[in-house]
Amino acid sequence: MSDDHDDSPIAARVRELEAILEEKGLLDAQELDRALEAWTHRASPANGFRVVARAWVDDGFRARLLQDANAALPEIGLSMGGGLQPQQLHVVENTERVHNVIVCTLCSCYPIALLGPSPTWYKSPAYRSKVVSHPREVLAQFGLTLPETTEIQVWDANAESRYLVLPRRPENTEHLTEDELTKMVTRNGLIGTAAV
Amino acid sequence: MPRINDVGGQDGFGPVVEELDEPTFHADWEAHVFAMNRALIGRGLYNLDEFRDAVERTMSHESSYYENWFRAIQTLLEEKGHV
Repeated sequence: MSDDHDDSPIAARVRELEAILEEKGLLDAQELDRALEAWTHRASPANGFRVVARAWVDDGFRARLLQDANAALPEIGLSMGGGLQPQQLHVVENTERVHNVIVCTLCSCYPIALLGPSPTWYKSPAYRSKVVSHPREVLAQFGLTLPETTEIQVWDANAESRYLVLPRRPENTEHLTEDELTKMVTRNGLIGTAAV
Repeated sequence: MPRINDVGGQDGFGPVVEELDEPTFHADWEAHVFAMNRALIGRGLYNLDEFRDAVERTMSHESSYYENWFRAIQTLLEEKGHV
């Protein structure tokens, strides 16, 4: 992995530990490159956008996705595999009545294979503590105000179970292609802190 | 007793702050910590549950996310006699 010239104390300590591990033969630079390549390039929110767009245009896929997401993902060339342990993905569908939000109150469990590494706010104690007790207040901080009649369901992810929100398809998008629909989806929409 | 990481429903952490156009990593060392952890688990120096446990018992809310990861990695490697 390429050297950097960050002179902060923590950067120096990380470099020092890496050097010790390399010297002991417990780590090699190429291994780090491969790990980064796999998780920061291959795993990106673009995968999640494709899942949503396909579910919007294909009712059969949507039904299979909601039933057993791990089994449905390979239909579009994606998978929940490749991680350090098996994870079951649960796709939760927003409706007129219910809006879903995901969190990991204990740490940072997240569907990384589909969305890439999570944003800092998702991992922050502020989000994790509050979205379970005051979800409307937290969503408002993201600029999302839902009608009082909409029920908010919060899903707490863990080591074995990950969640992905299937947002509602925006109105007047019947004329758009699947490819165009992928561009309407945002990462926050898949977490539930945005409508789409 | 719940550990320090178990924050669900607690008060006092302030508002949620979203960074617009946030990069995946804020500094190269964060990417190194992320990759190093995967590689070390891949080699079997410790496993994912041990890593989670180490984060939970060594973390501080004063430290950043990847600072907490780095502290956990160092702790595990020391405890297991690798460094």
